[in-house]
Amino acid sequence: MTVWLHIVALGLLASLGGALWRVWRGPSQADRMMAAQLVGTGGVGVMVVLAALQDWGLLVVAFALALLAGLAAVGFVQAQTPDGAGDPEETAPSRPWKDALAATQAEKKP
Amino acid sequence: MTLALDLALCVLILGVALASVAGGGVFRAVIFFITYGLFVAMAWARLGALDVALAEAAIGAGLTGVLLLAALGRLRRMNATSPPHRTGLHLPAAFAGAALACALGWAWFALPAPSPPDLGPVMPQSGVGNRVTAVLLNFRAWDTLLESIVLLAALLGVWMLAQDKDWTAPLGPRYHAQAGGVLASFGRLLPPVGLAFGVYLVWAGADSTGGAFQGGTVLAAVGLVALMSNVMRPPRVSQGVLRAALVLGPAVFLCAGLLATASGGAFLSLSPALAKPVILTIEVALTISIAVTLALLVIGASGDGEYAP
Amino acid sequence: MMADLATYVLTALGLVFFVAGTVGLLRFPDTFSRLHALTKADNLGLGFIALGIAFQTETWAQLAMLALIWALALLAAGTVAQLVARAALATTQEEE
Repeated sequence: MTVWLHIVALGLLASLGGALWRVWRGPSQADRMMAAQLVGTGGVGVMVVLAALQDWGLLVVAFALALLAGLAAVGFVQAQTPDGAGDPEETAPSRPWKDALAATQAEKKP
Repeated sequence: MTLALDLALCVLILGVALASVAGGGVFRAVIFFITYGLFVAMAWARLGALDVALAEAAIGAGLTGVLLLAALGRLRRMNATSPPHRTGLHLPAAFAGAALACALGWAWFALPAPSPPDLGPVMPQSGVGNRVTAVLLNFRAWDTLLESIVLLAALLGVWMLAQDKDWTAPLGPRYHAQAGGVLASFGRLLPPVGLAFGVYLVWAGADSTGGAFQGGTVLAAVGLVALMSNVMRPPRVSQGVLRAALVLGPAVFLCAGLLATASGGAFLSLSPALAKPVILTIEVALTISIAVTLALLVIGASGDGEYAP
Repeated sequence: MMADLATYVLTALGLVFFVAGTVGLLRFPDTFSRLHALTKADNLGLGFIALGIAFQTETWAQLAMLALIWALALLAAGTVAQLVARAALATTQEEE
């Protein structure tokens, strides 16, 4: 069991390493932010596995991570609003969603 | 297997650290810095330092991210231009960094390996079961007292940057959120859970993972969520309760230290019989002060929402 | 032994979802589909990992803690997915 849990933790870390590539590459800020969100959730997963491996007290750390997982992203969406303190739901989209979709597809293979 | 896990963590930490300083783009650097906090928290967890992992998770992955992202958004709205990214090697900085690394490396090899002090014999006198709490609030209480005062001084420093006309205005940006929206619902659901968890951390900190700093940070974070989703009204500097909450921790700590002097001991020395109740009292007071101070540090001074474009 | 078997299967499933989420995050063509991939990893990946680890817990308190951790992660993931999608829809600038 110990060996398997190590493999799971390693697999999780490898998957998070992959997500980091999206943080580096972007292209939009939302892409980078959501990759960080995946690293946060993966971090909770790693903590849960480590709790079973070495010390159940780590569940407290996992709980703290899960509790604050959304904090940075909330800060991000607020900073994106016109006055930097709003709610993206209040502001009507500046363009039809199809245009927004097309803009995010700008990253084409060279 | 354990070695492979630790190596993977080391590679990730170094990679993320490098990625956050290399390449252009402030936003990318901030996001990498947030993930850096997450990986460092995992490293502390691997080392068995649960209290540090908890603090790193709450500060590094939680509060710092909000602070940096808000600062970045504000810079953008002010149309601040970032200095042109230089691609070449910045020689003085590289030299200073290399020199520091060499000095640290030399110290690592030259100094004798530190043997951790054996706390076993003195732990019964500390009044608590968690060694970290025993060191922070009893054996080295002097450090913790000064740190709590430094935190307060930092907040005063931030407030001093406010203009005179803004001094009586509510602190921080004017947050608003759509009533009944996703953000508002998040702001109503999270704080009760976070409040219970923060109180638990302080209470459990005497004997297991947790403590005033960790509990205070969690409380500050969920308080921020409540403020940002406009569930809680922003406080004002003029509020007496707010000022009392800010100085409560250092004040109670100082009083406990002076009482020890008055009863014939050294400053901040706790008698074993009274240690537990005194430490718990200090921890509760410190938690309140740390929570309020950290939250106010992140939202910033009055009038932050308005600036001359 | 049954408990160990359940842990093997469930954590493996969780890992699959995490890897799938990462692959989606890397391979999908636009921001919104990448967001879709991410939330699957968040919700199911962590859910299966927590469920798998739940078979190894020693006390009921640890079990309750795991359930709470997953519930909190779900709340954060759901909120963040909605908000980030809205923010991506509303903003036009792509990079600083």
